[in-house]
Amino acid sequence: MSDVPAPRHIPDRLDKPLSSAIFSWEALLVVVAVAIFAINSFASPYFLDAYSLSDLTFNFTEKGLIAFAMALLIISGEIDLSVAAIIALASTMMGMAVQAGADTPVLVLIGIVVGLGCGAFNGLLVTRLGLPSIVVTIGTMSLFRGIAFIILGDQAYKGYPESFAFFGQGYVWWVVSFELVLFLIAAVVYWFLLHRTSFGRRVFAIGNNPVAAQFSGVRVGRIKFILFCLTGLMAGIASVLITSRLGSTRPSIAQGYELEVITMVVLGGVSILGGSGSILGVVLAAFIMGLVTFGLGLLNVPGIVMSIFIGLLLIVVIALPIVWRRLRGVS
Amino acid sequence: MKALLKYREIWLAAAIVVLIGLISTRFPAFADPGNLGQVFNDTSILMILALGQMVVILTRSIDLSMASNLCFTGMVVAMLNAAHPAIPIPLLIVTALAVGLVLGAINGLLVWRLNIPSIVVTLGTLTIYRGATFVLSGGAWVNADKMSPDFIGFQRAAFLGIPVLSWIAILVIALFFILMTRTALGRSIYAIGVNPTASVYAGIDVGRTKFIVFCISGMIGGLAGYLWISRYVIASVEVANGYELNIIAACVIGGISIAGGIGSVGGAVLGALFLGIISNALPVINISPFWQMAISGSAIILAVVLNARGERRQGRIILRKAEAA
Repeated sequence: MSDVPAPRHIPDRLDKPLSSAIFSWEALLVVVAVAIFAINSFASPYFLDAYSLSDLTFNFTEKGLIAFAMALLIISGEIDLSVAAIIALASTMMGMAVQAGADTPVLVLIGIVVGLGCGAFNGLLVTRLGLPSIVVTIGTMSLFRGIAFIILGDQAYKGYPESFAFFGQGYVWWVVSFELVLFLIAAVVYWFLLHRTSFGRRVFAIGNNPVAAQFSGVRVGRIKFILFCLTGLMAGIASVLITSRLGSTRPSIAQGYELEVITMVVLGGVSILGGSGSILGVVLAAFIMGLVTFGLGLLNVPGIVMSIFIGLLLIVVIALPIVWRRLRGVS
Repeated sequence: MKALLKYREIWLAAAIVVLIGLISTRFPAFADPGNLGQVFNDTSILMILALGQMVVILTRSIDLSMASNLCFTGMVVAMLNAAHPAIPIPLLIVTALAVGLVLGAINGLLVWRLNIPSIVVTLGTLTIYRGATFVLSGGAWVNADKMSPDFIGFQRAAFLGIPVLSWIAILVIALFFILMTRTALGRSIYAIGVNPTASVYAGIDVGRTKFIVFCISGMIGGLAGYLWISRYVIASVEVANGYELNIIAACVIGGISIAGGIGSVGGAVLGALFLGIISNALPVINISPFWQMAISGSAIILAVVLNARGERRQGRIILRKAEAA
């Protein structure tokens, strides 16, 4: 018993065997995405066309942008149901600014600042007052969209300047839209933030055990506040894109987006209980949801029926690994 | 101790009385007993739904699919009635309960057997059930002229001067009161919410109980489906779209903790009434109905802030009561 244990070597990162990469969640998503892509190409002759595929990206870029920030928020153990309402409020404010004669740079700034402000409001309520985020954001969801309804009623804002249309309708190069470029840049930024910085490690730590994280010197409240601000910011950016794409603002804009964004995040392998997930998964989930809705759209399947596929996809993809593990455990 | 427990409901009731008082300064007839009865009747469906949601939230789960369940079941009974007007209403109500039960049981099985978090399961079934309504109806509506007079008239018929719809709400409230305060299942539901691990050691089958609460919320969704369709006399895919959040809002305002284990039948009923009074009062005091959303949003936030203060103490009190029982 006098043996002194040799100092243990703790690697910075565990080398993952190839098998774990093959059976990872992301690999499953790639398989699903390829399968849906293949089915789509067979089902419709219009699918494999550069312009069709370019149109496809508009189905997920706006929601995907929010999903990145939402992924971090959910990993940290919180949630934000008010993102669609933030889009509505930011869009309404931009519409008011247009009536007052504001030009494009001001409009973009307003959209982003309103989004950030709404996110900060959620963050303050959750971190300062210690309230459960799911309830707070159900409340702010009604509040933000409610303000949009008070301002607009059954009216709509139109008359956005022509230069404003670029964000939602413009192309950077050939068929590559501005929205897609923004989505890819955001993917890289959030991937770096979550997987390559100490901030990202802290987000995971908070999600796994907020109390332990607090005692380890992680400023839990502050990081959660930042994450709420980021989510609001992304909703503000999405609001600029949607408003620009539609060219008008109604208080019912982006209704129901919050559930689609969360579906995207959960489908991407982020645990709804917090503590695990990856940006790559969210990117893949965004592509899958875009592929499903666009492919079915080409086949003239109504949007409401598509939602059945999205719902089934969500439950089946989550249930499959559980059933698989159980079957292997039995045999 | 019991007085303390009732504390929050009394405060909420007081807030409602003040609210009614404020409204009647602008519109005196609002506080009229007849009008208040009308408000109760108008809020009946929300109250019933809030009670169904309450038992789910108490077990630390959530059912986001209730409004979609309502939409689907409503369409089923409306189409049944349109095709076979001879089917008596009680049988239709039993059908609604059964269809709702099946939809709830699907949620419950996924939560119980596969251990998928309820928010994920019901987020999925929220879209699936509403989509299924479209597939079932082919996107068509069932209008008032296709419904039989009995179908529409049943809940409007007065019994002892009170509409049947209100009687149904009163009956459901009474049943839930008995369930939550006089049965072992009710105590198990509270116990799971307060401490799931301790509940397992106390011999409570947590998974099975969660399955049962989803069956209950499903049946309630189905019942509300018939009531909703026969009240607003139109069945379509858009029925009660987004209403799931109103139901949760009623629970939150009623002091039911989203973290589970805390909440009462009285709270859920009062929370729903609070929202019902606001939506009934806005038109009569000449405030644009567009204000309603922002007002209920503020009410939710305010309710959470106030409840969070009480919860730290309240949580312990309920725990002690559960231990003593």
